[in-house]
Amino acid sequence: MLRTSTKRALVTAALALLAVACGKEGSPPVKGPRPDQLPHYQVAPGFSLPESATWEKAKRRGHLIVGAKEDQPYMGEKDPASGRYSGFDIEIAKMISASLGFDPASVQFRTIASANRETALQNGQIDYYVGTYTINDKRKKLVGFAGPYYLAGQSLLVRTDENDIKGPKDLAGKRVCSAAGSTPYQRIESDHPEADLVAYDTYSVCVDNLLTYQVDAVTTDDTILMGYAAKVPDEMKVVGTPFSKEPYGIGVPRPDNALRFAIDDALAAREKNGDWQKAYDVTLGLSGRKATPAPPIDRYPAS
Amino acid sequence: MNVLTDNFALYGKGFLGTVELTVYASLLALVLGFLMASCRVSPVGSFRALGTAWVTVLRNTPLTLLFFAVLLGLPRFGLVLPFQLFAVLALGCYTSAFICEALRSGINTVPLGQGEAARSLGMTFGQTLTTVVLPQAFRSVIPPVGSTLIALAKNSAIAGAFSVTELLGTYKTLNELGYSVIWSFVWIALGYLIITLTISALFHALEKRWGVAR
Amino acid sequence: MSRALFTESTALYDIPGPKTQRRHLMYGIASTVLLLGLVGWVVYLLFHTDQFTAAKWTPFQYKGIQELLLRGLANTLKAFAYAAVLSLALGALLAVGRLSEHRPLRWIAGLCVEFFRAMPVLVMIFFIFVALKVQPLPALVAGLTLYNGSVLAEVFRTGVNSVDRGQREAAYALGMRKTQVMTHVLVPQAVRAMLPTIISQLVVALKDTSLGYLITYEEFLHAGKLIASNLDYDLPFIPVVLVISPIYIGMCMLLSWFANWVARRQRRNPKTEAVDIGPAEAGTLLPGGRQ
Repeated sequence: MLRTSTKRALVTAALALLAVACGKEGSPPVKGPRPDQLPHYQVAPGFSLPESATWEKAKRRGHLIVGAKEDQPYMGEKDPASGRYSGFDIEIAKMISASLGFDPASVQFRTIASANRETALQNGQIDYYVGTYTINDKRKKLVGFAGPYYLAGQSLLVRTDENDIKGPKDLAGKRVCSAAGSTPYQRIESDHPEADLVAYDTYSVCVDNLLTYQVDAVTTDDTILMGYAAKVPDEMKVVGTPFSKEPYGIGVPRPDNALRFAIDDALAAREKNGDWQKAYDVTLGLSGRKATPAPPIDRYPAS
Repeated sequence: MNVLTDNFALYGKGFLGTVELTVYASLLALVLGFLMASCRVSPVGSFRALGTAWVTVLRNTPLTLLFFAVLLGLPRFGLVLPFQLFAVLALGCYTSAFICEALRSGINTVPLGQGEAARSLGMTFGQTLTTVVLPQAFRSVIPPVGSTLIALAKNSAIAGAFSVTELLGTYKTLNELGYSVIWSFVWIALGYLIITLTISALFHALEKRWGVAR
Repeated sequence: MSRALFTESTALYDIPGPKTQRRHLMYGIASTVLLLGLVGWVVYLLFHTDQFTAAKWTPFQYKGIQELLLRGLANTLKAFAYAAVLSLALGALLAVGRLSEHRPLRWIAGLCVEFFRAMPVLVMIFFIFVALKVQPLPALVAGLTLYNGSVLAEVFRTGVNSVDRGQREAAYALGMRKTQVMTHVLVPQAVRAMLPTIISQLVVALKDTSLGYLITYEEFLHAGKLIASNLDYDLPFIPVVLVISPIYIGMCMLLSWFANWVARRQRRNPKTEAVDIGPAEAGTLLPGGRQ
């Protein structure tokens, strides 16, 4: 055992040496929201929410821990080099942090995969979750939803040279990719059984398959698709009108109604003072698409 | 309990997916493994080198990495194939390295004298191989090949984590539909047990019929 | 080159004569040319599909990316270290259970071992992660521990049972109690003899840490994927695979090589003489191969 660990240490050391010896500072050029263009959110001074256990815990910790996605350009994306998160969802998370009395720069983001969102909220890994999280009744039994803060809809992403697909009706015999087990996947499966469905664990693999002509279309919420299209506009485009309604909410631990209502208030205020629009303009807005007006906030009673 | 009855079709599809994946990948692994084992015992140096390289590299590659490379790498060469086929390719190649080693050690268990005796009786290489060496090797490789194929069936779960047409993959859909996760997993586990125990029984029968008396 | 290696006949063929040797040389040259052609074709394809463009490789020059990969590698090794230590502990515990004189204990340990070996390790990891709501690292380590621990328990048990019966009898005849027989006579010899098998099983654990990628544990492959699936870097899947697979395979080969080295040393070691281990591969039919 000693020998192996020594060897392993040697290999690691050699690799580290190699890396330090030839590493360039900074990070590779990326498209996406520029850090210097991001809006600044006013921190609410003296904000206090003693009836929320989550808020109290965050106060003792000194900052919030927020769950997000890491592979959705312009929504929630993690830069591999710097580890920084950016996108519309990230901005929403930051403005709420400011409204809850925490410096938005101090928010600690954590990547949570779709399948584990409820778990992460239930066992307190994260304080709240902002990441293309559609509100529905089944999920409401597991977590609380503040918002909605955006109304997305299922749409189709195709290559720019594709002229045959204009909507879900044109999918007969076409290979369509979506995330395994996701709601968009199940909708195509039940409403358009004539389409040839392909499933992968993440959308970035679907997009990769689209670019390598493995599939003909990728389907999910238009927000996610617009983000990808905006990264390589020469190769991909979003077509048709959205064919579903996906109100995005902010997931909070289910028993913590105080936190839910506080975030509802924060969203309403940020929509009113223009921060919401500013955040949209520097992120998703860069894809050239106008924001769908934010839907009214649903303050459903505690149950 | 109602997780199973409500979603019997889904489970059935997943189960058949796993069975299909296991059968096709096993066939590929057996063929490739046999070829590579032939290479490894061949008198030609470069064949031996190829066999050794194949086995050494694949035995030391994490299967997840192989799936990653095959699934996301091969399409970059313009190779457009259905996912199922990629999965069979990755699983089959990976397992072929273990099959190759099982076959090779099987051939090595045949005593030297057997071949020499056959040749001194005037048998040709083909006769020696098919009537003397292979039948004896076959008997001693039944158990290790059986455990390798059981491992293959279990490894097919990795394909399920990448796509849905497999037993483990069904949990994602069930989770999204809001069913009890624990029960979903109980039935998934049962499905795998059925498959591995079937292979185990099959090879036990084979061993009983043809195995070496120990 | 075949001349030097093949001076002995095998069960399959005699020592080749001069004519056969020439023919083998021809085959060798032909197949080498064919293989080189294949490799050349793959390299051509790599170039042809623009896998060596600057855009795809520049990210690797940056410190941030290198640190991301190294962090991933460190996480992989961390998971491996935990899993290795805990599997050895669990394996020892279960082996003690299986060798116990109390029937219920033997029965429970046997059931555990059989069940965990028959389950795909990934199903266990997912179960712990999704159903028991555990964080990625503990879920991965727990899954690997249950599986490898059960396999190692069988390895330990076989090792102890294959120590020459005279050793056990002699120890009892000296008046040693069962614990003493185990700890002073049987286990030291068994472990020494089974060391290569134990290390090989650890290679399996090292390979299986990559399953953490599937439950969003931020290990080596996860770091690679984060880079590979970034549209800004022109989706460098092939470059990522070319960078990370030699490191993965190298680590596993190093450990495998170590196992072989130990095995070679053991064969000459008088301390393992009394342990009779069957041929390495031709085991009985187990629902859990060593892979």
